[in-house]
Amino acid sequence: MRVLSRIGRWLDDRSGWGDALRRFARHPVPEGTDWRYVLGSATLVAFLAQVVTGIALSTVYVPSTASAYESLQTITHHASWGRLVRGMHDVGASAMMILIGAHLARTYLTASYKYPRELSWLSGVMLLLCVVLMAFSGQLLRWDQDGVWSAVVAAEQLSRMPVVGRSLAHLLLGGPSVGASTLSRSFAVHVFLIPGLIFIGVALHIALVIRNGISEPPEHSPPRVDPRTYRAWYRDLLARAGHPFWPDAAWRDAVFAFLVVVAIVGLALTLGPHALGKPPDPSNVDASPRPDWYFLWYFALLAMLPKSLEQPVIVLAPLIGAIALVLLPFVGGTGSRHLRQRPWALAIVALAVGTIGWFTYEGYRAPWSPRFAAEPLAGTSLASTTSSAARVGAALFHDKGCEFCHSYGGIGGIRGPDLTHVTQRLNHPQLISRILGGGGNMPPFATRLSDDELRAIVAFLEMKR
Amino acid sequence: MHSPDTPSATDSPSRRRFLARVSATLGALAAALVAVPAIEFVIAPARRRMPNEWRRVGPVSRFRLGETVAVRLDDATRPWSGDASRVAAWVRRTGPESFVAFSANCTHLGCPVRWVADAKLFLCPCHGGVYDASGLVQAGPPPRPLARYDVTTEGGDLLIRVASLPLA
Repeated sequence: MRVLSRIGRWLDDRSGWGDALRRFARHPVPEGTDWRYVLGSATLVAFLAQVVTGIALSTVYVPSTASAYESLQTITHHASWGRLVRGMHDVGASAMMILIGAHLARTYLTASYKYPRELSWLSGVMLLLCVVLMAFSGQLLRWDQDGVWSAVVAAEQLSRMPVVGRSLAHLLLGGPSVGASTLSRSFAVHVFLIPGLIFIGVALHIALVIRNGISEPPEHSPPRVDPRTYRAWYRDLLARAGHPFWPDAAWRDAVFAFLVVVAIVGLALTLGPHALGKPPDPSNVDASPRPDWYFLWYFALLAMLPKSLEQPVIVLAPLIGAIALVLLPFVGGTGSRHLRQRPWALAIVALAVGTIGWFTYEGYRAPWSPRFAAEPLAGTSLASTTSSAARVGAALFHDKGCEFCHSYGGIGGIRGPDLTHVTQRLNHPQLISRILGGGGNMPPFATRLSDDELRAIVAFLEMKR
Repeated sequence: MHSPDTPSATDSPSRRRFLARVSATLGALAAALVAVPAIEFVIAPARRRMPNEWRRVGPVSRFRLGETVAVRLDDATRPWSGDASRVAAWVRRTGPESFVAFSANCTHLGCPVRWVADAKLFLCPCHGGVYDASGLVQAGPPPRPLARYDVTTEGGDLLIRVASLPLA
């Protein structure tokens, strides 16, 4: 023990780390910092866990389009601890997205972005962008069918940007089409570039907390944040009722971060990692690409937007969102932090969470997607009839693709209306003209059906009259 | 060494300003010398054009008149890509020596469209885009008809010229 404390004293004398650490650990925090303040440190802990599991995965993962998929199979099914570590990295990615989103919402609700913490907010926005890019590139590195197509879909979205769109798309793909460098550059971005930026961003984010102090809970705030008086007022507050961060406030961070880590490991053990999809062969057209859950809301939005709004939304919405986040601390940098004076903040957060939640739900349902796998009705009890025309019609209902978009008796797609009781809505001539002429989002079938086929399908649909 | 209390020519403010400028300039130049080649290297693929490359699909006799089938265009120029630089196309034989080839990428967001032969429609699995047999949009969000690839025949084989990913 004596040797250890001598080494400690020697290190402290030569490096001064003891002072630096004390300065950080003992920095005073205002009274009332409670469970609302644990989200940032939990995000950081989740990030550090991602670094650890990410480094571990990178010792086996092969970042090459020829071998990535096989190396992921090895990690998931054969490597000792591979399933758990990949699972932790996968669940950890979700934890990052949820925690940074919650942290953003919390700092917005408590108006912590106001003077003098504008730079804290801006560095946080930069970190948010980094985390989103990590989530996207990570999904791509899971180089299965969805991974490949996520590169294509992202390139298509980038290409909608005026002037620079095509270049950005080619930059993402590493050329004019998907190829080896698509994966290699995503690997470089995911493993070197963005983690480096995140370390810089986190260092800045924390240094700013030390410099400006953690924002006091709004209920302890002055009625208005005034740049002329705020710093003196805050110094006074800390002198009057400040506590050392360690351990008076840090214990909550420790408890919550511990729970986050337990949740990540627990979910990784029980759920395991995201199952690998089909092999990454872009020439296999038997694919139904889907993004990971955190991007599913945007996937749904792009399906549900009216055509005229799509281009402006793809191009302008991310731009407006980014500008709004950057401008917020400058537009609303002073004034009251109390939620009572800022009811719209609560409304905006509720609206954002509700919108994303609803679009995510729709993304899972994906009513717009044709159900290619729908079971043919011909073999089911739904087609049991004495009319041979109706039986033929039931078979055609599947083969002609009607069933991909319409359901009958609970089987089939949900894009178009359920046709089980279509005769209650359409009479015989209306039904025929609808099939032949299409309408709404339905293509006309006049050239796709013979007269006999049309009669058979109509007989089948009118069976229940 | 002179004492810091006795001003001399070596610590005149103008000399300090000069030294600071020289140091900062040299630092910026060194950074640029390292950064420019690295950045150019990273963005170079974005400027690369698709090679004017015909890929052999197989004997013409494989294709039946009027039938629309998916074909795989392998990339022999980049063997290190594995399967990744393969492309799919939908090919239809329209006459003894005439073919049309569609890109399999939906013009909405690039997902692979599927030909439903009985309905004579291309359907997109992602957002429900629908195209007719000639690639024209029938329903859903796609803004443009399916892109077409150049086709030719040579020595009894069908050749398709690959193009870059069809972008907006």
